[in-house]
Amino acid sequence: MQILQVDGLSHSFGERDVLRNLSLSVAAGESVALLGANGSGKSTLLRLVAGLLTPTAGRIVLVGSAAAAGRPEVGIVFQESRLLPWRTVLRNVTLPLELEGVSLTSARATAEAALARVSAVGLLDRNPAELSGGERGRVALARALVRRPSLLLLDEPFAALDAITRARLDDELPELVAGAATLLVTHDVAEALLVADRVLVLGSDGAIQLEVPGLRGQPAAGRRAALLSPDGAARQTRLYAALNSVSHA
Amino acid sequence: MRRLSQLTPLAVAALLLSAWEVAVRIFAVPQFILPAPSVIAVRFAEAWADGTMLRHLVPTVTEVTIGGLLGGALGLLIGVTLGLSGSARRVVSPYLVAAQSTPILALGPVLVLWLGPGLAAKVAVCALITLFPVAISTLVAVRDVDAGTLELMRSLGATRWQSLRYVRLPAARSGILAGARVAATLAVVGAIVGEWLGGTAGLGVLLNLARGSLFDTPLLFADLLQIAIVGVSAYALVLLFERVSSKKIA
Repeated sequence: MQILQVDGLSHSFGERDVLRNLSLSVAAGESVALLGANGSGKSTLLRLVAGLLTPTAGRIVLVGSAAAAGRPEVGIVFQESRLLPWRTVLRNVTLPLELEGVSLTSARATAEAALARVSAVGLLDRNPAELSGGERGRVALARALVRRPSLLLLDEPFAALDAITRARLDDELPELVAGAATLLVTHDVAEALLVADRVLVLGSDGAIQLEVPGLRGQPAAGRRAALLSPDGAARQTRLYAALNSVSHA
Repeated sequence: MRRLSQLTPLAVAALLLSAWEVAVRIFAVPQFILPAPSVIAVRFAEAWADGTMLRHLVPTVTEVTIGGLLGGALGLLIGVTLGLSGSARRVVSPYLVAAQSTPILALGPVLVLWLGPGLAAKVAVCALITLFPVAISTLVAVRDVDAGTLELMRSLGATRWQSLRYVRLPAARSGILAGARVAATLAVVGAIVGEWLGGTAGLGVLLNLARGSLFDTPLLFADLLQIAIVGVSAYALVLLFERVSSKKIA
């Protein structure tokens, strides 16, 4: 079953075409990573799918109906955690439920479960200012997961983190989002291969240039080893070559 | 260090008052020109003991309270409306700036003409003088909320009202309260000037009485001290509200 179907999608900002005739699909539970040069329209695609932008042309079908902002079937994690500094961690995670009119008592229980899922339950009463970058990333992920979305949009969610924290979250991500389909935008080839079932390279013309299978299907313990295996290295080489070609196109 | 920083303002005040006291005595300055602090303190106590100060304090505090709250509420409403709506801001902002450039105190006689010499005119002066700092600071604070946070709220399906309640107002809180702090002291100025325009009671009226018919300079200074206490108290109340509200926001 397709969770997301994008057909002939184009988008322009004024005179500048960002996406041109893009088509892709994401199946239920599938994880797709999108690589591309700066300005290739990766983040724009996520915003279009999230309903935050209206496409110039084309069609986005999300769980059977057109994309629109605020649909509970979609969770989004931005590059910055965007936690509200005046709310505790728990109240940041209850926010999406409060906006839907869920009672605070019920929202608290659901939020605690979401925080437990991302191994951040010990942070409940902390303020965002007291958190490390990795902890902020986990809380932002819990906030996106709290409405149990069918599709999770990840816009370089770990880009600002240090290498060790980022590697740890990359290793854990496939299990953390268990059940939800994901569409991840990243600049990191290794990250894309580790967390995705399929890795797509977006060309400078805003269309898909290359598709390479990811390593998400591998057992968690063996993913990093698979990344360094001859097959993993070959996949990385193909992706780097494609990225190099689209960056200079 | 902390104890030292707490003591310093008191030490400076004690030093200045001592210097004032000594200077007045050494140079034998006439009491009707500049009374010594000890004389002012005695007159202040007498004015409280015989009920004079309380009789004039109550109307002023009433005007400051009603006018300040009314002006603050209107300023908040105008600031939020203009902060949210770009088109309203473009239409109204020039008039807001023009109105702020007009000395509100100069409108006093007009307000007395329209509303009479009673409480209403003084409340109106207080409200007008407090409205602008609150409106401007609210406008700027509500308008300049982080665009990324607002995008997050849209992604969560928040309505404009929910974005206002959960993001814009909490994020704008310190900006709004900075305007309220300025407004609190201005409200006292508004009340005193309003009382100069007419009326039978109030700390502004007492100033005129002490200076003119009573020719009681120590009372004049005691009244100034009382006005300063009202201003500092109004400011302190805003600070108190700031502390209490920081624990209760969204």
